[in-house]
Amino acid sequence: MAERRILNGNAAIAEAIRQINPDVVAAYPITPSTAIVEYIAKFVADGLMTTEFVTPESEHSAMSMCIGSSAAGARVFTATASQGLALMFEMLYIASSLRLPIVAGIANRALSAPINIHGDHSDTMGARDSGWIQIYSENSQEAYDNVIQAFRIGEHRDVSTPVMVGMDGFILSHAVQDMLVEEDDKVKAFVRERNPLYSILDVDNPITVGPIDFTDYYFEHKRSQFVGMENAPEVILEVAEEFKKEFGREYGFFELYKMDDAEVAIVLLGSTAGTAKEVVDELREKGRKVGLVKIRVYRPFPAKELADVLSNLKAVAALDRAASPGAVGGPLFTDLRASLYEYEKRPIIVDYIYGLGGRDIAPKHIAEVYERLEKIAATGERGELIGYINLRE
Amino acid sequence: MRKMGWKELPPGAINPWAGNFMEVKTGSFRGGLKPVFHEEHCIHCLFCWVFCPDNAIIVKEGKMVGINYDYCKGCGICTVECPTSPKSLTMEKEELQL
Ligand code: SF4
Ligand code: SF4
Repeated sequence: MAERRILNGNAAIAEAIRQINPDVVAAYPITPSTAIVEYIAKFVADGLMTTEFVTPESEHSAMSMCIGSSAAGARVFTATASQGLALMFEMLYIASSLRLPIVAGIANRALSAPINIHGDHSDTMGARDSGWIQIYSENSQEAYDNVIQAFRIGEHRDVSTPVMVGMDGFILSHAVQDMLVEEDDKVKAFVRERNPLYSILDVDNPITVGPIDFTDYYFEHKRSQFVGMENAPEVILEVAEEFKKEFGREYGFFELYKMDDAEVAIVLLGSTAGTAKEVVDELREKGRKVGLVKIRVYRPFPAKELADVLSNLKAVAALDRAASPGAVGGPLFTDLRASLYEYEKRPIIVDYIYGLGGRDIAPKHIAEVYERLEKIAATGERGELIGYINLRE
Repeated sequence: MRKMGWKELPPGAINPWAGNFMEVKTGSFRGGLKPVFHEEHCIHCLFCWVFCPDNAIIVKEGKMVGINYDYCKGCGICTVECPTSPKSLTMEKEELQL
């Protein structure tokens, strides 16, 4: 029987890793993801895991160790946040181009300066072109479920691509939630064994990993790398289906909340979905046709599936918890707007930057966004393209 | 040499063809200087063979017998390491093969 536990996001992810018992965990502690690594260190010390737990001198080294171990055929996990992920940047690209299905748990946090330890999506959004699959979580339960599924998705031979699972720093990493922890045996059975594409320890089939390419082959190798990402959507849905059969909880590329007859919608990712659902419920009681789309899988971006849902709406707001200075808007907004370009009939779409450095987003702020969307829907007039929520002038 | 298309490549940019660098004729790297072997001074210590960073010193039955210019990059390391006096290997001018 699954067990009801009160866990914060860090503990939830660590529980999943205890059950999965990967061959190698190499990680460097950084707020707010430190506790994931501390829990794992304790599990290993207490003999609850047989994982080779390595404590390198930096996140760059942590990811390098993950790469070496994964190339040897090991199942590998790491956890980090913010500056730590930024320090891994160089190695992130190497992991994905070598097609190594490392899983990383990220407690999303702002990037300096000014120094700030609180939650926003700047860290993982900065890595959105690194070739990693990106999955975001709304709460501890989802963080736990997503990490379990991440191993199956990334390690699928057609995918063979690393996966980062995001959860909002502090809001999720440090806030406890009543959630279900599945049975150890069931989780172990679900994730199976890794069956790697290649291994540097296979002496009968000697290979060189990471050789140099000049202008004659680099482009071809890059193109062949993208196949993993292209195969991911099908596998993500397959794994979700199996997860639902085994554990009963349903996942997809995104979650639709009261979207059936919605005329306006907010699209976002992460913990703010919880707040937004409350607001949708309240407004729905007043007869207002508002809905919410919570994106779970951000890379690969489910462009067609999202556009199918959104194209018939009148107005849509993307809520970006990361900025992209000099771009058309935040990263979610630009992806969303580009996805809708294929459709002749499409909603007016606006962008909001919110929550940078952990700035609070309250129900009233979300209600204001819906109000504006309804006004846009009624008048057809968009107004400002990019707005900022809860920011002092 | 025919170049492979992206669909033919092994995943992860690995190279599964052990030893295939023999196909790359690094002799084209030489930039106007090549080592020349003077057999009469050679004591067959094989320092040149040990230090040559490529596959360019030809050894037969334990003896240095010459240089394979298909692979010799013209780095000159062998001429520096050669212990005889006068040197059994010296760098000399050659026409650039463009
Ligand atoms: S010049 Fe360099 S590459 Fe050529 S034979 Fe001497 S050591 Fe080898
Ligand atoms: S280093 Fe000089 S002496 Fe020794 S084998 Fe080579 S050419 Fe002969």
